Amino acid sequence: MRALSFAMRSFGRELRSGEVMVLLAAVILAVSALTAVGFLTDRIGKAVARQANEVLAADLRLRSQDPIPELWRDMATDYDLRTADIVLFPTVVFAGDDSALSTVLAVSNGYPLRGSVRIADHLFSEQREASGIPGPGEVWADSALLGRVGADVGDSLAVGELHLRIAAVVTYRPDQSIGFASLAPSLLMNIDDISASGLVGEGSRVRYSLLVAGDEADVSAFNDAIQDELPGSVRVRNQEESGERAANAANRAQRFLSLTTIISLLLSAVAVAMSARRFAHRRMDTVALMKSLGATQRFVISVALVQLVMLGVIGVIAGSAVGFVAEELLSWILTDIIGGDLPAPGIMPVVLASGSAMVLLVGFALPSLIQLRNTPPLRVLRHDAMPPSPSRILVAGLSLAAVAALLYRSVGDAAMLVILLGGIVVITTALYVVGRGLVALMGYFRSGVGVAWRYGLANVARRGRASAVQVVAFGLGLTVLLLLTLVRTDLLESWRATLDEDAPNHFLINIQRSERDSVANIMKSQGVGVPDFAPLVRARMTMINGVSVKKRAYPEADARRFVSREQNLSWASTLSSSNEIIAGEWWPAGYKGVPLVSIEEEVAAETGLTLGDRLQFEIAGQELEAKITSIRKINWDSFQPNFFLVLSPGALDDYPATFIASMRVEPDERAVLLDLVRAHPTISVIDLDSILQQVRGIIDKASLAVEAVFIFTLAAGVAVLFAAVQSTIDERRFESAMLRALGATRRTVFSGVMAEFAALGIAAGILASAGASILAAVIAVELFELPYTFSPLLWIVGVTAGLVVVCASGYFAARSAVDSSPIDVLRGTPA
Amino acid sequence: MSNQSRGDAVVLAAHQLSKQVSSPEGSLTILSNVSFRILAGESVAVVGPSGAGKSTLLALLAGLDLPSDGHVELNGANLSDLDEDGRARVRAESVGFVFQSFHLVPSLNALENVMLPLELAGRSNARSAARGIIAKVGLKDRWSHYPAQLSGGEKQRVAIARAFATEPAVLFADEPTGNLDSRTGTTIMDIMFELNRSSSTTLILVTHDKGLAGRCERMLSLDAGLLISDSKVAS
Repeated sequence: MRALSFAMRSFGRELRSGEVMVLLAAVILAVSALTAVGFLTDRIGKAVARQANEVLAADLRLRSQDPIPELWRDMATDYDLRTADIVLFPTVVFAGDDSALSTVLAVSNGYPLRGSVRIADHLFSEQREASGIPGPGEVWADSALLGRVGADVGDSLAVGELHLRIAAVVTYRPDQSIGFASLAPSLLMNIDDISASGLVGEGSRVRYSLLVAGDEADVSAFNDAIQDELPGSVRVRNQEESGERAANAANRAQRFLSLTTIISLLLSAVAVAMSARRFAHRRMDTVALMKSLGATQRFVISVALVQLVMLGVIGVIAGSAVGFVAEELLSWILTDIIGGDLPAPGIMPVVLASGSAMVLLVGFALPSLIQLRNTPPLRVLRHDAMPPSPSRILVAGLSLAAVAALLYRSVGDAAMLVILLGGIVVITTALYVVGRGLVALMGYFRSGVGVAWRYGLANVARRGRASAVQVVAFGLGLTVLLLLTLVRTDLLESWRATLDEDAPNHFLINIQRSERDSVANIMKSQGVGVPDFAPLVRARMTMINGVSVKKRAYPEADARRFVSREQNLSWASTLSSSNEIIAGEWWPAGYKGVPLVSIEEEVAAETGLTLGDRLQFEIAGQELEAKITSIRKINWDSFQPNFFLVLSPGALDDYPATFIASMRVEPDERAVLLDLVRAHPTISVIDLDSILQQVRGIIDKASLAVEAVFIFTLAAGVAVLFAAVQSTIDERRFESAMLRALGATRRTVFSGVMAEFAALGIAAGILASAGASILAAVIAVELFELPYTFSPLLWIVGVTAGLVVVCASGYFAARSAVDSSPIDVLRGTPA
Repeated sequence: MSNQSRGDAVVLAAHQLSKQVSSPEGSLTILSNVSFRILAGESVAVVGPSGAGKSTLLALLAGLDLPSDGHVELNGANLSDLDEDGRARVRAESVGFVFQSFHLVPSLNALENVMLPLELAGRSNARSAARGIIAKVGLKDRWSHYPAQLSGGEKQRVAIARAFATEPAVLFADEPTGNLDSRTGTTIMDIMFELNRSSSTTLILVTHDKGLAGRCERMLSLDAGLLISDSKVAS
């Protein structure tokens, strides 16, 4: 009790005096980073949980590329189940001259069978639950779609041959899939309008779904009954696996974001450890005095613990508030990526952050405070009497245990944790060694500079360990920010530069055999080059070398999905210019023999298929066998239609085929697309430029969000610097007083201090630029397969940023040392 | 304890105290075979040149440090038999300190600094007792000030008030005027001797100020770790 009242009384005063501010700031930073990401993932997680039960908008969903026969609908009715239909396909919709690719969901009465659609009467107005579905002649559109074509409720939208009135804005639908919207925004229309739209015909890219819902036992009985009867082309999805998939995706997002906060957390930990040591050191005199006045060790420890807890509580409250605001910002940045609205966050992130803050304090601050207990009371008479240093094993053990505890939640797997911890130890050691190297290098320049710089560089070298820690702390934050800004744009630019100027920028899909000439004529009449038409036949692989694809073993898990999904087969007599044979041989010109097939190299590697293997396909109820005679490498950047499986000429002549084409349409030639779509509404035009732009937009926003998280890292770097400066502030005050007593002007002393920070900043900038360059090179070469080009701008920006950030932080941290009166310092006026 | 009758009760006894420390040049003897007894209510000055072992003796007598040989009996307790917390309890009950550099807790105001030993000793009326004693040292109107807001003399008054707050059996003062000008020093010592008289505390005063030592009843002279004289002061 006495300890409690004493702790509270002196803590209030210490807080006011700014003595514990850096320690507190480090805790607040860690908590804010954790809660910001925690709140966000909590909200996404809740959205996922809310949707898990309704993600199918039904209890069962039967899906097929062909219309689902009445038989199954009738059977569901026999089982007392409700049904609804969805016809889903991509198409380009127009509002005036503006167009956008969208995913159309044509739905029947009753949709959705589970959950509900929410709509708003205008863009960004109050949303409400929809009763029913869009009436005939009406559509409900996604806000993203309306934004892209510049329309609002009440306007008209051209969908195929129809002009439909926009009746509402869709803000949420249960099957919008786990909260991450697909690339093309969706459009809801009435299924009765489908035939009039002319968009769905033979060979269209359409997905039909039959939704089924009802009593649990009935659903399960129906599910059992259809299992063996359903043709291979119809897939059944139930809630359990769909919910699981959604939860997995959300978990991955959560883990990624949590891992990004870890660097901030580790840097905060360094700041906590440094400022706790300083805090304990400053308290030693008081503790010695209290002991001389009769305080027991228990009292001393109790006071320290109470103050630690108070520090934690304040840190959690302030940090959660900052985190909450930061999360609002993050979710605002990510609005377009996270489809629909998010539920309000719960208290759980705060609980977890509180736990983490305490772990942080116990792991990194407690060792220093425990050491206080052993302060000899003799210190009141002999100032050099110090408590024995805490055991290194204890300190290292506690901090490692704390880091492990903090990481465990983000990693969630013991083996991964060990690997990650090992990685952290290795990387930290490596960075520290590099930091020490840079610091040593700085010392090397000492002889050739003026007095201020010599003084500054001497200080950097003298406080070698602390200097290296600061260089690494800032270097890390800067590296990531450089990667996310400069390197990212650089990479995208150089990727775009590798693209052929004349590369196609539009795809036409779903062209019927009979439409080819008409399409060519429209192109010709507008002076646009006539594209090559590549045939496409839908098929399903059934056997490999006489063994069912389901029974075969594959080198990679993804292969099973590949072989069992519907394939797009094509044929060609000559090898496309974007392809290159890497094994086997392409068929000779004029070949008309038995069906042969050429396979793409990555697919070959994943599935274990090789030259000579025999593949059997089922195409529209007929069988076809082809032998693999070549393996191709495809240059996907060519933007030409390319296929994993290409057959020899004549092999697919007897099967229903549609055609696809790619072409380059300059901005001033876009009118031809309008003519084309009006004349052939079933042909879908895919505008690659706008898709690339959308992808870019998403990457930009995602990186902005990650950058926002890394601002915490930079702030944690600042906290480390403040802690480091604070731990040397007495020394700095004394030195500055000495120098001024010896005749140095305030300006000289100040320049010396700033020179020290400039050196640290330059070193941090060098570390960050080098780190970002190496990572950029790895990403460019390994991921993008681009040659890496050295970027001087990266180094200029990196070093300048390091210089500015460290000097600015250093100025505020060390100002008081330069400003204090020399006479006061040298007299050492006691308390 | 403070009301023990004077002249017969031994409040503090040093029994063949020695203190050696190890240094780079080998073992160094700071105090050698020092013995004496101090009666309740006595005022004793410990004098000697720098390095004579005065502060070490003080540290051993107050249980802030342990002797290499011999032992200290403080108010009936053999300090060598106690652990650190045990010695702290003895100090909380029977010892007060006044230091050369004041040693106030910077985060507590004057009143709270005076309350500190009372609270550590578990006294219930800490605040009112502290107010009473702070008035006695003449700081009635300055009680809410923090150490940084007080002058050197005022700080030492707070320290004296703190030292007498628990009415200790023994008060140790280590060069209490060392950081003060001579006029302030004299005032401070007046206050100290006055409180010493009125509360019949035993006073152990370490100083190399001969004048100050002369105001005590008895003088212990140390030189090079040896007790070279133990004499009554004829005042």
